[in-house]
Amino acid sequence: MTRRIINHPVLDKIDETNVISFTFNNTELRGLKNESLAAALLANGIRTLRVHEESGTPRGIYCNIGHCFECRVTVDGQQGVRACLTPLKEGINVSSGETFLTSVRDWRSENE
Amino acid sequence: MSKVIIIGAGPAGLSAAITIAENGLDVLVLDEYMIAGGRLLGQLYEEPNGNWWNGIKESQKLYEKAVELGVKIYLNTPVSNIEKIDDTWVIYTNTETYTTSHLLLATGAAEAPLPIPGWTLPGVMSVGAAQVMTNVHRVKPGYHGVIIGVNVLSSAIAMELKLAGIGVECIALPKMNKVTKESGNPMDVMNSLLHVSHMAPSTFVKLGSKLMKNEFMKKLGISFFPKSGVKMWDIPIMLRKAVIEIYGDGKVEGVKVATISPTGEVIAGTEEKIGADFVCIAGGLYPLAELAAVAGCPFYHIEELGGYIPLHNERMETTLDGLYVAGNITGIEGAKVAISQGITAGLSIIHNYGLSNQEAAIQAAIHHIEQTRKEAFIQFHPAVKEGKQKLKQHWENHRNSKKLEILS
Repeated sequence: MTRRIINHPVLDKIDETNVISFTFNNTELRGLKNESLAAALLANGIRTLRVHEESGTPRGIYCNIGHCFECRVTVDGQQGVRACLTPLKEGINVSSGETFLTSVRDWRSENE
Repeated sequence: MSKVIIIGAGPAGLSAAITIAENGLDVLVLDEYMIAGGRLLGQLYEEPNGNWWNGIKESQKLYEKAVELGVKIYLNTPVSNIEKIDDTWVIYTNTETYTTSHLLLATGAAEAPLPIPGWTLPGVMSVGAAQVMTNVHRVKPGYHGVIIGVNVLSSAIAMELKLAGIGVECIALPKMNKVTKESGNPMDVMNSLLHVSHMAPSTFVKLGSKLMKNEFMKKLGISFFPKSGVKMWDIPIMLRKAVIEIYGDGKVEGVKVATISPTGEVIAGTEEKIGADFVCIAGGLYPLAELAAVAGCPFYHIEELGGYIPLHNERMETTLDGLYVAGNITGIEGAKVAISQGITAGLSIIHNYGLSNQEAAIQAAIHHIEQTRKEAFIQFHPAVKEGKQKLKQHWENHRNSKKLEILS
């Protein structure tokens, strides 16, 4: 976990012993208990958390504190969960947001 | 029904909770984040006396003190709506609905994004996101990054990234467009940098701030500002180059920069690439005030305070009965000001509750806010004081118009 900043010149050393497992898109990963899901994924080198529902282009964290909703993932079947606000728990299954089966534009034209 | 509810467990919300609990009232604090402290959590800087202001430690102290006094703090609890039904404030969250007669909004600030081609690529994040990843979660946002936007927040966070061993290639301006306006204009940025020069150890900027008192010298300063930038904490700050695009295939691979004229125009043929695995966008902070808006508070746009401000007085009361504000929702300032505002709001609530007369304490607390503002190490806007004066005038006008309504 070289992305982790274990020692810091001013801040306290972090406790990296409480390692738990979870899955992201069916791949088993490890992270620290109660850290944010966004942090755990980034520590594993994962930046793409979802794709744009219409265009399919990749998206990752943007604001990291819950304001922008760019980091939406599915956690244990619940869609639209903000990875930056979700504490990591043992055994959770996370999957990235996907494109919609039907184009949003199509729905709009029918409803206009 | 809780006696008092506070939305936001940052420095303002927690300080208010402590003040209220010390006076014997029950308090419930709601916050959507997983750790108490709000934006204070990420802060880390060396004060002039050589002590480090460690936001995590300061947050812990406030949190522990509040819990010790019996304050209930529910984290991971986003508030989606508030409304007043009869004389009661109703607070809707993702789980329960809460009610109270006295509600304090201490929701803090959000970061304004700067739209730049390529800004949706994974690896592009707000500068505050990089700060929280680095200092709070202790995960590197990347190994070497570029920061777009030259302001107080971005220079402070650039230093924090360096401290954690993360490379910062440069801090550059965004290409000027309709949205980025002042943040893309070297002249405006130079103006805003002059008042933060005390934070910069670089003798160039320090000297510069003394030399560039008048307009002519400032223009000269930008014309002669080296294209490779001046260095602050060994990071080049580029005021003569702007990022015109963030590029990468599926993730950030770097930025394209171009030389710009002193008024911010891109000079054709000067484009070059700088490699990076993350990019921070620093568009500045604005008050996070949606809940005050849905509640029905009148708002005023005050540039010096960072955006739209819900109308309130020095006692932290809004125009709506039982609704109070404190912290960055009242204007962008440092955590120490937020703490003194939280204390003032807490005293106002106790006073209005009718338990004890707090008039003298409230006046002292208001004075303390002004004192803290004057001594602030980091000033987000040089004219905060003038901004507060404008707000005070709006409050007076509002009160007088209400009096007229009653008379007629």
